[in-house]
Order: sequence, then structure tokens, then C-alpha cells
Amino acid sequence: MASQNKRIAKELAECTTSPPAGITITLPNDSDLHRWHVTLAGPDNTVYAGGQFGLIVTLPVDYPFRAPVVTFATRIYHPNVTNDSLGNVCLGPLKAENWKPSTRLAGVLEAVRALLVEPQPDDPLEARIADEFRQDRAEFEKNARAYVVRYAKGPVKFDAAVGAAAAGAEAAGGAATGAAVVRP
Amino acid sequence: MDTDDDFMSNLSSEDDMLPDDSDNDVSGDEDFGFDDEPDVYIDSQKDIGQRKKTPFDVSYKVFQPQDVQKQQDELIDEVNMILTIAKEEAAILLRYFRWNKERLIEQYMDRPSQVLEAAGLAQTTAGPPKLRTIPGFTCDICCEDEPGLQSFALKCGHRYCVDCYHQYLSQKIKGEGEAARIQCPAEGCTLIIDARSLDLLVTSELTERYHELLHRTYVEDKETLKWCPAPDCQNAVECRVKKKDLDQVVPTVACLCGYRFCFGCILNDHQPAPCQLVKKWLKKCADDSETANWISANTKECPKCNSTIEKNGGCNHMTCRKCKHEFCWMCMGLWSEHGTSWYNCNRFEEKSGTDARDAQAKSRVSLERYLHYYNRYANHEQSARLDKDIYHKTEKKMVLLQKESGMSWIEVQYLNSASQALQMCRQTLMWTYAFAFYLKRNNLTEIFEDNQKDLEMAVEALSEMFEKPIAELADPKLKVEIMDKTSYCNKRRVILLDDTAQNLADGAWSFNIEFMNSTSNSGPST
Ligand SMILES: [Zn+2]
Ligand SMILES: [Zn+2]
Ligand SMILES: [Zn+2]
Ligand SMILES: [Zn+2]
Ligand SMILES: [Zn+2]
Ligand SMILES: [Zn+2]
Repeated sequence: MASQNKRIAKELAECTTSPPAGITITLPNDSDLHRWHVTLAGPDNTVYAGGQFGLIVTLPVDYPFRAPVVTFATRIYHPNVTNDSLGNVCLGPLKAENWKPSTRLAGVLEAVRALLVEPQPDDPLEARIADEFRQDRAEFEKNARAYVVRYAKGPVKFDAAVGAAAAGAEAAGGAATGAAVVRP
Repeated sequence: MDTDDDFMSNLSSEDDMLPDDSDNDVSGDEDFGFDDEPDVYIDSQKDIGQRKKTPFDVSYKVFQPQDVQKQQDELIDEVNMILTIAKEEAAILLRYFRWNKERLIEQYMDRPSQVLEAAGLAQTTAGPPKLRTIPGFTCDICCEDEPGLQSFALKCGHRYCVDCYHQYLSQKIKGEGEAARIQCPAEGCTLIIDARSLDLLVTSELTERYHELLHRTYVEDKETLKWCPAPDCQNAVECRVKKKDLDQVVPTVACLCGYRFCFGCILNDHQPAPCQLVKKWLKKCADDSETANWISANTKECPKCNSTIEKNGGCNHMTCRKCKHEFCWMCMGLWSEHGTSWYNCNRFEEKSGTDARDAQAKSRVSLERYLHYYNRYANHEQSARLDKDIYHKTEKKMVLLQKESGMSWIEVQYLNSASQALQMCRQTLMWTYAFAFYLKRNNLTEIFEDNQKDLEMAVEALSEMFEKPIAELADPKLKVEIMDKTSYCNKRRVILLDDTAQNLADGAWSFNIEFMNSTSNSGPST
């Protein structure tokens, strides 16, 4: 357990001191290294530019031997993200058969960002959006931009339950700002 | 399954890499080159020749665990000799090539280094695997760097501490059930961990599970082999019927343990209905379970006096205890009409379909039609169970009877044969109704329904005799009648299955739905 925390702490330190492009990381609860809140800026020259997307990264207890779970807390119009409040995302390296314990979270987050730059319509979670992406790009871009305006402007809201938990922790343990936590 | 698919696509991309490879049809092709594989099991061909008698029989062979192990060992030894590589490597290569020895040897002869790399056996010089302690080493997985940390690396040189290796392997083996294709833990490294390295890194308990999984992959990798699905049975069955043939044949096999199952879909024997119809039927029944629930109930009301009647045997000939009315449990019609030329209990009269003009009436007719077939399907399923109960009860009584009547155990075995015939025939009858539900009427359906009727009448008659009180069963005359009826039932079953299987093979049936195998190749099957 201790050694796993050593690995996670090291990754967190790396991610906060030299974060991947467009990415900021916070811990909603300082004492829980297994839940990260990530804010991802919509990459320039994409339909997502100008949006701020919240990602929730959950590390299983046996991380890094099992893959982390990444979900979108902000609604996004994208072929590879479920168009619902769950925000599940399909990412190759996170599948059990592909996951390697040496894979770093920074790399995973970069892969999520790459997915916004280049959606993968051939491996979709939303088949309809994937079809639209392939066949009617203008319509897709219009819809994606409309989602950005509607959901991804202003400060990122992570889901209500997590927010409540974090608020509870703050109330109990004082201000939740630690060395490893960077406010966007 | 995901891993399998990925594996297949790996292999196919590998094929693209090797351009002058003559047969490029590996991935997605169900045959996977088994056709050109010379027959390893020559003696099985003899068995098959003897066994194949009727159109509905498929040839197959049952292997016990030691046979399965021996086959693997022989293949590994052969590759080890021919290619002069270590046995561990031969095993990894064979698994990579899904145990297609010829293909492996051919490709290895052509370009050994590419084959080794593709299979995760990058070639560098290395002795036997061993643990090492390296000064200044930091494990990249757990970030530990304490002095004296024991570590291990495969030929690729990606080094991790023993603890991390242990956890990684335990997650793969215990958590994911993976064995044959566990890669080096380094990101992007495809080198596969061989059995000897693994033995060095994990506890004996994990090693055991690992070898068990390896053993299983041999059967799972081969399209011609399947595990017997019976609980606690460790046998494997070999059958050469391919996936794409499943719309033409219902490959039913019987394991040495006595379990009869379909090689195509691993479900219980479902002749004469083809796998895809069975799948559709079961889904429909599950979706409509509410509607159909009342049918499978054990009690119904007497159609004449409305008193409640409970069914406690397999026989469908019911006699109301109160008013003595005799009726059929399935159609609730007069029993006296059954067994005469008036008998049409098994046939659904489509007449009302033409009268139905509005959508509501049409949907009622289609529901009635479904209920007609479902009713009979569920009924035979239930009757098979009840017949079995009766047999178990009877079996006990027969022990007593032996003492009184002086009959020997051998002499009462006719009841066992009758019981088995009832189970088997009911199982077949049950699926004839699912089959008939999807059948479009043509000149063949009449013959089918006649066969179904004949079998059903024979089964009901046998079932009725079988339920007679013990005292009557001891009568030698009834014994002869039961024996005759038993063999008659078995004969009728064979006739029905022969006819349906032959028409299926000839493509002579027409169905009211599309049920062609979605995974099948569209070309003519051979
Ligand atoms: Zn380690
Ligand atoms: Zn490696
Ligand atoms: Zn068996
Ligand atoms: Zn089947
Ligand atoms: Zn009555
Ligand atoms: Zn009837």
C-alpha cells in the first residue's frame, strides 16, 4: 500500500510541477490520492477550443496494476464519449488487456487530449455522432460548438456527489489546499 | 473474447507486414487454415467412419484431459525438434499461431526474426532467467529504490522489482485469466513472458493456475475443439463442423460423461432447430415471459367442470378426478380426438390470419400463434422434468419390487431405457415447436407436422404406460409393451431428425425470418 502511494505521489508531483499542455490537476480531497480532478482546456484549432472540460480520474486500490478510470464531468459532444451525465470515455490504453503498470497518468491524460484533437469515429461510443462526424462535418462542428457554449464555459463543475464529498472534507478538515494541489 | 479478437487483428496486421505470404486470409476467416492441416488423429477418422450413420449425426471425438495434454506436448516436441528452439519458445510460437504447426514452420523457415518478434520472442542472447540485485536500481512501477531490491528483466531489458512482477502477474492470471499472452510490463513492449520466467517469479499456487490456463487456451484456440460444458467435466470434444455451416447442420455431440450438447452454441441438445433459431427463440421467450408465464403453471382448470387439476406426471392425457372428463393438457381439447385422424394438437391453424384486417386483430393472431408453439414447447420441457421425477420414484419402488417379484436388476432396466427415451424425445419435441414457429408453410411442413404428430403420440402413449402403478408394471405383458413403445419412440425420433436434417442440409426449408449466421461467410459452404 505504502509503495503504491509512493508511485501515485510521484506521478502527482510530476503532473503538477510540469503538467501536460492544457491540463491542470487538483485533489478534491487531500487525504485521498486515488481521486483526481483534472481540468482540460479545449485544444486550439478544434471545435472544443475555448471550453474547459472536467475529467474525473479514479485510481483503483491496486493501481498501477489495474487501469485508472477516466470520465468526463463536463458534457461533451464527441464520438468517443457517452452523450450523458456519466461521460464514459473509450480509451485504448485503459482497456484491461492493453493496460501496462508502467503507463503514466500524464500519458493517459495526453491521450484524452489527443482524442479531442482527433476523434476516432471507427471506435465510437456514440454511433450516431460518429456517423455525423464522418458524413456531415459541418453539422457535427455546429453541435459540438453548441455543447461547448452550453456546458463548458465558466468554472468546471465536477459532479454533485463528488462536490458534496469534497465540501464535507473541507468543512471537516479545514481548507483543502495542499502542496500538491494547484487551483486553476 | 476481446483478447482473442485483438490477437486475430495482431496476426492479420502481421500478415500485411509479410507481403509475400501466400495465404492472406487468416484473420476473420473461420477456417483459419484447419483444412490444410494434416489429420493428427488418424484413428479418430476410423471412429468417425463407423459413427456416421444418419443425416443428423455429425462426426466428433471426445478427448480426456490427458489426451489434450499429450497433443500439446507432441506438437511442442515436434516444433522443438524441427526448428531447434527451446520448448518454452516453441510453446509460445504455437500459441501465437493458434496451434497451426504447418503455418508456424513455414513462416519461421522464411523469416525467423520477424516471426519471433511478432510472437513476442525478440531474439537476443540470454541464459536461463534469473533474479538480480543491481546497485542504484529504481523500480519504475512502484518507485522503490531501497538497496538490495531484487529485480527481474526479460530479454528486452525492461527491469522491475520482484514485488511488482508478482503483483502484475497475479492480476493477469487471477484477475484476468490471461496466460498465453502476458506481455512484459513495460509500456509498448510486446515481449511475452515464457513459462520458465514465470515459474521463477510467482508462488506455486499461481503457477498451477497459470499452467491450467495455458492448458485451456489450447482447446479455446482451436475452432475444432470445445470443452464439455457439463459441470465438473474436464473432457474436450473435437468436431469439424464450422461456424459458417451452422445454418445447414445442428452439430449435436455426446460427451463421455453422458452430457449431450450442441457443438455450435454449447447449449443443451436442441435438434432439430438450428443454433440461430434457438438463439432467437430463447430471446423471444425471455422477452415475452410475462405473457407466457401462466402456460407453464402446474395447474389448470378442467374445461368441463372447472375444478383445479394439477399435473404431476409427464403424460398430457388428463382425466378430471371429479367429472372424469378426459382432455389434452396442451390444447385442452377432447382426448378422444387425439390419436385419430382428427388429431391436430400440434398444428396451428393459420385460417384466422386472413380474416384479420386491422392491426389489433393481426397482432392478436400473431400472439395466438406464438402461444400455440410456446405452449407446446414449454409443456414438453416441463413433461421431461416430470417424467424424470416419475422415473426416480419408480426406480426406488423397483428395488422393492425386485424383492417381491423376483425380477433381477437387469430385468427392470427396461424402465431406465423408457425413461431415457422419454427425456430424449421430449427434448426433441420441445425444439420441433420452436422450429415450427419460424417455419414458412410449404409442401415439406406437412410431412414435418406428421412426423411431429407421430412422435408426440408415441411419446404420450409411452408416458402414460410409464405412469402406471408399480403393481401393474410388474405385469410381463406391460413390460413387453413398454419395451416395444420405447423402441418405437426412438425410431420415430430418428425419422423426424433425419427428415429435418436432410432438408436443412439441402436448404429446402423456408423460414419466416432471416436467420443466416451473421458471422458466416456468404460463399457456399463446403
Ligand atoms: Zn516495483
Ligand atoms: Zn519489455
Ligand atoms: Zn462431459
Ligand atoms: Zn446450437
Ligand atoms: Zn372436470
Ligand atoms: Zn391436444
